[in-house]
Amino acid sequence: MCQVEEDYNGLECKQEKIPVPTLNRKCMKCKEGTAVLIIRVSDAFCRSCFKEYFIHKFRAMLGKNRVIFPQEKVLLAVSGGAASCSMLAQVQEGLSRDAPKKLRFMPGIIYIDDGGACGRSSEERQRSVDQLKSIFTETGFPYFIVPLEQVFSLPTSVLVPGTSDPDSSNPSYKQAVDQYIKEKQKLTEEEAASAVAQLRIEESVCSPEHKLALERLFSSLNTLTAKEDMLQILRQHLILHIARENGYSKVMMGDSCSRLAVKLLSNIALGRGAALASDTGFSDPRYGDVVIVRPMRDYSSKEIAAYSRMFHVPSVFISGLDTKTHDKASIQRLTESFVTNLQADFPSTVSTIYRTSEKLHTVMPSQGQTTEPASKCLLCLCALDTNVDKASAFHATLVSEQLSQIKLQDTSHDARCCAEGQGCGTGGCCSSNRSPEHQDLKTLLCYSCRLTIKDMGAVDALPPYIITEAEKRQKRSRMRMEISEYLLEDED
Amino acid sequence: MPVQCSNCVQRRAVLKRPKTGHSLCKDCFFWAFEEEIHQTIVSAGLFNRGETVAIGASGGKDSTVLAHVMKVLNERYDYGLNLLLLSVDEGITGYRDDSLETVKRNQQQYELPLKIVSYEELYGWTMDAIVKQVGLKNNCTFCGVFRRQALDRGAMMLKVDKICTGHNADDVAETVLMNVLRGDIARLRRCTAISTASEGEGAIPRCKPLKYAYEKEIVLYAYFKKLDYFSTECIYSPNAYRGHARAFLKDLESIRPSSIIDVIHSGETLSVKDGVKMPVQGTCSRCGYISSQALCKSCVLLEGLNRGLPKLGIGKHHRLHGKILAQEPLTEQEEKKLKAVDF
Repeated sequence: MCQVEEDYNGLECKQEKIPVPTLNRKCMKCKEGTAVLIIRVSDAFCRSCFKEYFIHKFRAMLGKNRVIFPQEKVLLAVSGGAASCSMLAQVQEGLSRDAPKKLRFMPGIIYIDDGGACGRSSEERQRSVDQLKSIFTETGFPYFIVPLEQVFSLPTSVLVPGTSDPDSSNPSYKQAVDQYIKEKQKLTEEEAASAVAQLRIEESVCSPEHKLALERLFSSLNTLTAKEDMLQILRQHLILHIARENGYSKVMMGDSCSRLAVKLLSNIALGRGAALASDTGFSDPRYGDVVIVRPMRDYSSKEIAAYSRMFHVPSVFISGLDTKTHDKASIQRLTESFVTNLQADFPSTVSTIYRTSEKLHTVMPSQGQTTEPASKCLLCLCALDTNVDKASAFHATLVSEQLSQIKLQDTSHDARCCAEGQGCGTGGCCSSNRSPEHQDLKTLLCYSCRLTIKDMGAVDALPPYIITEAEKRQKRSRMRMEISEYLLEDED
Repeated sequence: MPVQCSNCVQRRAVLKRPKTGHSLCKDCFFWAFEEEIHQTIVSAGLFNRGETVAIGASGGKDSTVLAHVMKVLNERYDYGLNLLLLSVDEGITGYRDDSLETVKRNQQQYELPLKIVSYEELYGWTMDAIVKQVGLKNNCTFCGVFRRQALDRGAMMLKVDKICTGHNADDVAETVLMNVLRGDIARLRRCTAISTASEGEGAIPRCKPLKYAYEKEIVLYAYFKKLDYFSTECIYSPNAYRGHARAFLKDLESIRPSSIIDVIHSGETLSVKDGVKMPVQGTCSRCGYISSQALCKSCVLLEGLNRGLPKLGIGKHHRLHGKILAQEPLTEQEEKKLKAVDF
């Protein structure tokens, strides 16, 4: 009743439509089997129809969007939770089918061990890793178990969006599939054997300095909201790096419909309106060469839980940053409890939010070889949304900041300091230099990443690749300012 | 230990700004608050010289502060505007009649002319009578739709060029959240605009000068300036859907005070895919008011009320619009569904 788009078909009231649940209801699909569960508001399914429905949805999602080409290497990001393990099970199921409509890509698995950021002990972490390893080896796919501490040894290329390979002839989806079917007839057994031999299993061990550095990073973030945001960013970077290094062009994330609805609302609260479609849509092309897809986005968490239970999908519960925290600990946690409670009273909440997200899109800056990476945010690699005109919320915040504080005379202060002849070195002038560093970093970030960094005590606790890239971009923009009058084209 | 004001550093700070967290003395706060509204007005180009502007006054804190600040800024920066107060009487006993007294006091305090329009004279129904027929849910729809038209009609009677309302940052943020929750993509796109589009005749543009002012700061301003306002909640409001969005926003603000502006920023920067169906602006065939359907919402609602079918305006019934226009009677089944639910 609170949906604007709701159409009263034939003016039927909701009250009269829902039949009272009885024990002997028949499945609404095959009308023969006894129903074992109810999905959505009142759709009853029997066991086999439910399994078919679940599997079909996954394949329909991939087939409808046509972004996964045959023979492509796809990395499955598994967190151990029910949704990503269901996704893993579906991929297994899809690849093992003998039917001609077999799924046709080459999967790998990645698990990011973020126990260091969440404060778990090494025994706990090892236990979860062992449990997951047993699940992964069952599948037979190559897997990577990467501790979050490895962020401290990432190269700066992670922050630069790659361009998709111009060498590939980039055929249309249909052509690619036809080509593959022709080639498949030439596959021999030897090829299959060598594919197994290529199984790369990578498990990295983290060094104690990295452990300390990670702890320092997360303790310098003052709010849980900022911590969760930073964790999400670092995780994405790590996955991106592993995907690029091992030739994976797609990454599959296991976000369910409910999770994405919560993400949409919390992103609005965090100020990420410009990037809503990339963050919650089916495909996220912001990294250029690696595309993130979300095939589980049509499944509600209830369906996933029911499937996992009924068909024994193995999963491992691993506690995160916001496990067992109270409702108002962070924005993300608050949104989750809000949506879940609202869903109880208004059962169409999650699906309405999901449909709203489908109608949005992200404005991409014009792609070209000369695109400066400086027009993208340093941390989240979305287009910067801070170039808005004067009559906007962002501008209003700047005005408020100015009006509430005494005007800082930066230039005269610096001049005074250096004039005192205290032997200030180049670039390491005086203690007031630390706040300009904070300031400079802000110009490279989008609105919401600014808020995350604002909650950070010591900016130098960030991993080295971020700091180096930031300095590089600042130098470039300073260079650009110097020669701006001589540049002919507008390098946007 | 007394904290010094972070702006002038001389006087002692008496309040902490909810928006930025800085501690300010009274005068610096007044100045910052008024200056921000001035910046909003100037950067968005809300008014032109010599225009007549009606201030939507309900007697509540937002409209009282708005009237005060508009008067102050009009004099201080010489906007050259002709200001007057416009008030709407919905006919809610115990709420609106009290707040109207406040508006009348405001009129004397600020020396601005006042006009009151009432639902009774415009539509023949008061909110009390409507709630008796409709029940306690969905009555905010009636009040809101009727009020918008009442404001426009009143403004047309007074021949003003613009209307300004006291919607503050919290209101706009709540609206963004509510539109996401309800899936209303058309409104989601429009709701963060600071002023409504002004094409077409019969549509007086409306603007929100207080769009970036926090509700808490408005209360602080009114408190320290000792402004007189009416502060009770509408007695019918507890069951509104907006209450959920409001509770959520209040919690967000307690976690991170800048969330309110962050939500507005998200609303401003999100973009809708091309090809999504959007309503087209036209006029109502019965009363001539702007509408995206054949009949405007208030005509549909009124028709429902007059025929004893209060659910006519709730939900989408395009097929029935034709019937209503042609004055055909509705079938038995349709009538049954449209009546209020009996308890």
